[in-house]
Amino acid sequence: MPEIPDDARELLQHEIQTLRRRFALRRRGFFRLLGNGVLVGWAAAGAAAQESGRFRPSWMRHPLSQNISAWLHIAPSGAVTVYTGKVEVGQNIRTSLAQQVAEELRVPLAAIRMVMGDTRLTPFDMGTFGSRTTPTMGPQLRKAAASARAILIELAARRWQTSASGLVAEEGRIRDPKTGNSVGYGALTRGQRIARAIAADPELTPAERWRVAGHSAPKVDGRLFVTGAHRYPADQVVPGMLIGKVVRPSAFHARLVECDVSGAQAISGARVVRDGDFIGVVAPDQATAVRAAAQVRARWRAPRQIGNRELFDALRRTARNDAGHFEQTSGAAPAVSAGRLKRLQASYEIAYIAHAPLEPRAALAVWRHDHLTVWTGTQRPFGVQQELASAFHLPLKNVRVLMPDTGAAFGGKHTGEAAVEAARLARGAGRPVKLIWTREEEFTWAYFRPAGVIDINAAVDDDGRIAAWEFDNFNSGPAAIGTPYRAQYSRIAFHPCDPPLRQGSYRSLAACANHFARESHMDDLARLAGIDPLEFRLKNIPDPRLRAVFRRAAARFGWARRRRLPGRRGYGLACGFEKGGYVATCAEVEISGQDLRIARVTEAWDSGAVINPNGLRNQIEGAILMGIGGALREAIQFENGRILNPRFSQYRVPRFADLPGIEVVLVDRKNEKSFGAGETPIVGIAPAVANAICDATGMRLRSLPMLVDGRLPATV
Amino acid sequence: MRFLVNGKTHEVEVAPGEILLWVLRDKIGLTGTKFGCGEGQCGACTVLLSGRPVRSCQVPAAGAAGQPVTTIEGLARDGRLHPVQAAFLRQEAFQCGYCTSGMILSAAALLQRKPDPDEREIRAALNGHICRCGVYGRIVKAVRSAARARRAGTVK
Repeated sequence: MPEIPDDARELLQHEIQTLRRRFALRRRGFFRLLGNGVLVGWAAAGAAAQESGRFRPSWMRHPLSQNISAWLHIAPSGAVTVYTGKVEVGQNIRTSLAQQVAEELRVPLAAIRMVMGDTRLTPFDMGTFGSRTTPTMGPQLRKAAASARAILIELAARRWQTSASGLVAEEGRIRDPKTGNSVGYGALTRGQRIARAIAADPELTPAERWRVAGHSAPKVDGRLFVTGAHRYPADQVVPGMLIGKVVRPSAFHARLVECDVSGAQAISGARVVRDGDFIGVVAPDQATAVRAAAQVRARWRAPRQIGNRELFDALRRTARNDAGHFEQTSGAAPAVSAGRLKRLQASYEIAYIAHAPLEPRAALAVWRHDHLTVWTGTQRPFGVQQELASAFHLPLKNVRVLMPDTGAAFGGKHTGEAAVEAARLARGAGRPVKLIWTREEEFTWAYFRPAGVIDINAAVDDDGRIAAWEFDNFNSGPAAIGTPYRAQYSRIAFHPCDPPLRQGSYRSLAACANHFARESHMDDLARLAGIDPLEFRLKNIPDPRLRAVFRRAAARFGWARRRRLPGRRGYGLACGFEKGGYVATCAEVEISGQDLRIARVTEAWDSGAVINPNGLRNQIEGAILMGIGGALREAIQFENGRILNPRFSQYRVPRFADLPGIEVVLVDRKNEKSFGAGETPIVGIAPAVANAICDATGMRLRSLPMLVDGRLPATV
Repeated sequence: MRFLVNGKTHEVEVAPGEILLWVLRDKIGLTGTKFGCGEGQCGACTVLLSGRPVRSCQVPAAGAAGQPVTTIEGLARDGRLHPVQAAFLRQEAFQCGYCTSGMILSAAALLQRKPDPDEREIRAALNGHICRCGVYGRIVKAVRSAARARRAGTVK
């Protein structure tokens, strides 16, 4: 996919269909039918390309603004406001980006206020995903700040009739060391916009000289979170606001057959909003809205749909060779008869899982004539702006989306379902409406990490080299599908399929699945070759940075000193590389009967120059915990268009009881470009644990999740 | 109906079937108490009712009327953070922060009951809380550190 900018790759890997909204035509066509083929992201499948009639939709071709004033502003007081379309969902970029601006602008961190994800105030941004904030927005803001610093120096030089080269910028002031003159940034700019282009090659501070970046900084606004003062999307309030509820179809793809809303209408204070298949209610409070929604008598007709049991067969059966399919071959396949090769063929299965961010989708929509303002939790405020404009046939400029720091996303909030629904309810009610999805709605009507099947056929020679590596991924996705190991022959293929559930982005995309399969298989190959799993990998990894994280993790973990106590304890490891991050994970498990406990995990990580070590550690620790969920227990159960376990009581996510001892080793490479760490630290845990289980029991678990009803299977 | 929240009295009109969570959030305007699951599974809506942690999504409004309720907004005293709040901040024991209100209130109640809990006791007391960002290790550390600070009397 050579023409695609890096930022867009994630959207290419997963189409996320908008929920069907059959808003009927009415009132000068204000609400038009929105067909099933309209996509939120750009689809790898042909639909969107056909739809837009060109290769990329317009939003994807937006260049980053090159004007300093688009990114930062200095008030007369010296306070600095930074504008970015990126959003904060707990990954802590509000802090790490502010650190980088503080660094280049030479101001205290406290002088900076970040305005994020507001379509009116911030420059266009495709979205916060793909671990792109650190490698793209970081440098962009650093350049803007460094350019601004040069201009401030220039302004001071002009004011003092002196040469710019002798002046220094520090602590929000320009100083002339020779004369002792000093002037604050605010006095220089007097609040005016710095309407100058960002320099092509501004003087950036090298990481070895960082004083604010590169060091742990406390989370910006941290106090708001421990005092309950921060207002998440679900906490937004405007005067006169009503509470909304949506009446959901009986199953996916259901059409409304008939509907009686008289019971709901009869409830005092409640009002029904209907538009085609869309039925919702509004009321002054939650209790009344819930009661009214329950009174709506709707009959739906849904097509028959498959369930879990048929899932993996259905994926194989529907594999397509059209857009999105790819296959890459290098080297020549060894002859089938090639003696002395040891071969291993196996299939791996990956269940559908849910992001389950603790804050469900929420939105507050306010109309003023034909202007719409929506506060909502989304990773793509500009995408949601477009979704709203298209759903309500408004010019883009009439729609403003604001994204308050949100209660997590994990790749699950690319879309604007709640925003569209709240806006539709508010339009019907003639009042502002807030809608907070229930947990069941979030588990059902959001989208899922794709399920998948992976086939690997590999061979290893007597010297422990990989002679053949064939890897076929069905549906789960192409992220990190390649192998970081040297192989004499390799064939790697991704097969898109017809997924039974709405699926999309998830922390690290398919990298979890692909690493699970690859690193499990590598362990078995090591066993076939009779080589220690660490030695086997090191022997076949050409990339020195990947070898380095492996060595660091293994050393800290005590890999060489591990004691084998069969049936009781097992040790496993795994490594990976994706999105600029190198990871190596070692795990120790304790097994008693069919009960499994992950005793400890050591993970080494290298994503170049570290910007905020404490924030980075927090991300890595969190990714390991989240990864334990998908590794051991999480799986969406579904049947005939319904989700069977849409609750935390039925879908068990990691809890305190699952917390292993965790050690994180940061490899800080000051001379390497900084990359993001929101995703890739998750990929090592599942295979490391699978390998540890195999080490302890000899049992090779090839399905995610690995546990059945919370326990190890008795046999494979 | 009369509610006693964070030391203040609120006279609130309550709809049939209304639960404490929405009274606090929508009628009294204390949005620090979060909705997470509606089935008492995640702990995001935890408040202290007569000093004991309860899931406010499971408490009928009528069942809380007249009893003292403490929400996250009522934990700090005169702008001074409660030791558990201070420790969460110090340890950066959160990412998105959506579970934080509930975690802090349960931890504060634990320390009230048991000033020196060990790690196992902390995990057990908080196991009904979900942190989807997976910050559990830091939360355990924060609670231990709060317990130490509280015992040392450095923060009251």
